[in-house]
Amino acid sequence: MSVKLTVRQVGNVSVIDASGRITLGEGSSAFREAIRDLVNKGNRKMLLNLADVSYIDSSGIGELVSGFTTTTNHGGQLKLLGLTKRVQDLLQITKLYTVFEVFDDESMAVRSFT
Amino acid sequence: MSDHTNGESKSVEILLDSTLESVDLAEAEVLRVAGDAGMAEEDQHRLSMAVRESMVNAIVHGNRYSPDKKVQLKIRRQPDRLAVEIADEGEGFELKSVPDPLADENLLRQSGRGILLIQAFVDEFRIRRRETAGTQAVLVKYLNRES
Repeated sequence: MSVKLTVRQVGNVSVIDASGRITLGEGSSAFREAIRDLVNKGNRKMLLNLADVSYIDSSGIGELVSGFTTTTNHGGQLKLLGLTKRVQDLLQITKLYTVFEVFDDESMAVRSFT
Repeated sequence: MSDHTNGESKSVEILLDSTLESVDLAEAEVLRVAGDAGMAEEDQHRLSMAVRESMVNAIVHGNRYSPDKKVQLKIRRQPDRLAVEIADEGEGFELKSVPDPLADENLLRQSGRGILLIQAFVDEFRIRRRETAGTQAVLVKYLNRES
């Protein structure tokens, strides 16, 4: 199973709801294209909802990082919402908890964007 | 695919193509063997993640997706552990040549975290150069122990 992505707007924040697996191949490239597409259309506030993501490999982690740098290089912000314990562990192991802002509550996450 | 039984150990050997589909096949087979061995579910998940990362290394970095090169997967089940061997036919590499993904200057790199994850998810991890060509990675996960 690959990843399924849907985008919705909450005010001026683009919430990307992801479900499935973000792994090398179809999954990671779909995610990369979604972020680039949003940035190219002028979106600068992005919240990635990973509550339904069952699996991320190192390639998927790389795309999260790439999405983060793409967004911030364009003057925007990308934050994470709803991490499962497994994904939290990955961010701890890779020290990326020091890079991403992570939220459990969507409304709080949306309000945090400046 | 071949299955062997030798005393208290059983092994499965599979020769796989250098494609991403092989990563899924390897994951599925490891999960099957680990489940049959009674490995705890979370340990199964961690082992399967480590196997996926190692398979990707073999296919992408070792064999470079070459249709002429295979990945040899061997899963050995012993009373207290599962040992997974993944061997490619590439040019080989040195573990110490992999940049530290936890170094501040590397944190935002897009790649380079595979080995780190493998080491975090298994109990033993070794790499050796094969006598013929390529690299063999050995991943060991103990049974009946949450890590």
